[in-house]
Amino acid sequence: MPTETFRTSDPDHAGGHARIVAARAAHWARTRRLIALLLALWLATSFCTVFFARDLAHLSVFGWPLSFYLAAQGASLTYLAIIGGFAWRMRILDRDFARRLEEAP
Amino acid sequence: MSGPVTPAQTRSYFRRLARYYAWFTVCFALFLGALGILENEGMPRQWIGHLYMFATIVLYAIIGVVSRTSNVSEYYVAGRRVPALFNGMATAADWISAASFISLAGTLYLHGFDALAYVMGWTGGYCLVALLIAPYLRRFAQYTIPDFLAARYGGDGAAAGTTRRGNQVRALAVGATIVVSFTYVVAQIYAVGLIASRFTGVDFSVGIFLGLASILVCSFLGGMRAITWTQVAQYIIILVAFLIPTMWLSMKFAGNPVPQVAYGSVLPKLAQREAQLAADPREAEVRAAFRARADEYGARLAGLPQSWQAGKLDAQRRLDAARGRSAPLGEVRAAERALLDYPRTADEAARTWNELRAANLARAQPPEPHAEPFPGATRAESDIRRNNFLALVFCLMFGTAALPHILMRAYTTPSVHDTRVSVFWTLFFILLIYLTMPALAVLAKFDIYTALVGTRFDALPTWVSYWANVDKANPLIGIVDVNGDGIVQLAEIAIDGDVLTLATPEIGGLPYVISGLVAAGGLAAALSTADGLLLAISNALSHDIYFKIVDPGASTQKRVTISKLLLLGVAFIAAYVASQKPADILSLVGAAFSLAGSAMFPALVAGVFWKRANFAGAITGMATGFIICLYYMLHTNPMLGGSTDALWFHIAPISAGVFGVPAGALALVATSLLTAPPPRTSGALVDHIRAPE
Repeated sequence: MPTETFRTSDPDHAGGHARIVAARAAHWARTRRLIALLLALWLATSFCTVFFARDLAHLSVFGWPLSFYLAAQGASLTYLAIIGGFAWRMRILDRDFARRLEEAP
Repeated sequence: MSGPVTPAQTRSYFRRLARYYAWFTVCFALFLGALGILENEGMPRQWIGHLYMFATIVLYAIIGVVSRTSNVSEYYVAGRRVPALFNGMATAADWISAASFISLAGTLYLHGFDALAYVMGWTGGYCLVALLIAPYLRRFAQYTIPDFLAARYGGDGAAAGTTRRGNQVRALAVGATIVVSFTYVVAQIYAVGLIASRFTGVDFSVGIFLGLASILVCSFLGGMRAITWTQVAQYIIILVAFLIPTMWLSMKFAGNPVPQVAYGSVLPKLAQREAQLAADPREAEVRAAFRARADEYGARLAGLPQSWQAGKLDAQRRLDAARGRSAPLGEVRAAERALLDYPRTADEAARTWNELRAANLARAQPPEPHAEPFPGATRAESDIRRNNFLALVFCLMFGTAALPHILMRAYTTPSVHDTRVSVFWTLFFILLIYLTMPALAVLAKFDIYTALVGTRFDALPTWVSYWANVDKANPLIGIVDVNGDGIVQLAEIAIDGDVLTLATPEIGGLPYVISGLVAAGGLAAALSTADGLLLAISNALSHDIYFKIVDPGASTQKRVTISKLLLLGVAFIAAYVASQKPADILSLVGAAFSLAGSAMFPALVAGVFWKRANFAGAITGMATGFIICLYYMLHTNPMLGGSTDALWFHIAPISAGVFGVPAGALALVATSLLTAPPPRTSGALVDHIRAPE
């Protein structure tokens, strides 16, 4: 494939350009999937904690009624984990993207 | 200054900052220790309050002077080189407002499970910030939020100069930014005045202008750069101020210095005590007395307008009688005041008496179990509370993800990855405080329910009398022996949420130095938020209105100067408004989240995730969201002249965003689909911000 030589000399050439576009599209598709997954987790955490609070109230963890614990700490810690997980996974996706551009096709 | 930074430079910069702030923390600890010794030697309380106020304001001013700048990139976005950890700390300080620091623990104390909606909403919103907005703003790499909306929806703003469409979107976004931020900043400055006047005894307006001075020195000289470094210092003060007393209380009641873990063991004991108090006959006696008062107001309301006439004559007669028999001056004054305070018209009487009746009825209720979700007489009533909880969580989350002064911070990190990590640190540092709040509420409640309830009135702890006398106009705590048995009953205690955080050190028996520290923490929380908000407003005016619309050819020097002047102007207007103690604005602050979410959130997210979203869609979406939200609040909030009869699905006015956000999103989608697709340039912009660096 001639794209390799073109890429180094002329990055805007159609072949190199198409490759970047494809890599970006793949990256965006994976990003979107990750976001959808984490948003679903976020929604489930928020909604279930509140909606089923009365049903969980009689369960108890270390003295807390479960629903109180979830609303006071559990949900917030889940949010923190979601954001941490997103930053971590996105770093991997970004590196994959960079590697894919560097590698010969 | 700006430009690409190598990883090695970043690391050494980070280490240098860490060293500075470690030194700062050590010096702060020494300062606390020195004050502790001075208090032991007999330094009066007033002086300690003054010293705290003076020392912290000087500190912020010094940081402001050291970080002064007139470089555009430094002034607007701190040179885009704030390391993620410090950016997170600064954002956390930006976020933790006076309301969070001072009132949230009290709200949790008063409302139990219901108030956890604030904890959930204010933390869950960061998921939306991290996943949907912040990284793309950083990739976009401009200066303000309206910048992004104008470029995305206005078409080729960057290539062919600003366009008319871009300016329309920009103006709308600036309007929303200002409305939201201004109500918020007034509340912060108001809190500065309250804290200063309560702790140093200065006049309320003097307190406001003292606080204003420190805000101004800082933001005026150094813009974003100065407020970032000040906010990191302020966060450290906030954290220390909040954790020390709470850890002390936790040690006292649970034998474990980690309050977040320890209060689990106190909750069952609290529930037991609550059940005991709910069944106590003396408590029932007091509650019956309040119910009787409520019934009396009810009878008067039923007898309007004759009862108003009769009451007025009665008050007049009493005054005449007191004057006639030359009663003691105090008695005459009391009768005069009663006549003066008497409702001027029958309509006013109806309003006042309704309020009084509701207040008395509220106090006639037995205490609600703290940890029980949505208690209610019937299942339907309980469902309404659950729905309101959900609605509030929803509004706070979407509002958080649309507050300009928080989103603005996405621009200040060195890279997109750092922005994502920075949101993580932001939530981490916020959680250090927010996970402690419910603990503080439970611990303080346990102390009040067990130690204060049941004491004799002649042996009240000193903190009660101290805080009862701090603010005469608006007492923070009031205990009246309603049934005359000489013993404090729970139903006899009227407590204002604000007092809880402020009085915690004294409730726990800590020296006054710690109380002063808590006040300094409250001050730091209010000032840091006010700093960020003022900058958001003045940047919107100077960058978006002046530079982008009025005079696009302005030199960088002129831009920064204009920005500083506008900051000064906005700050004085906000301080003036706050000094008028505007009740209606303060009641709007909770609503700021609904407004921000309704106006901005759909446009921001669609801007990144939906290429088809176009100019017409953005305009109608923003306008519709804002109008629906505002309409609902005006229509249903009694403070703003609405009526609670107009509620939709029993949703409280504060959660108006639950209608505003979907309405805005729907309008955006529908209008976009009905009109022509956006030009190719905006698609290219979307591709650009989605792509990794």
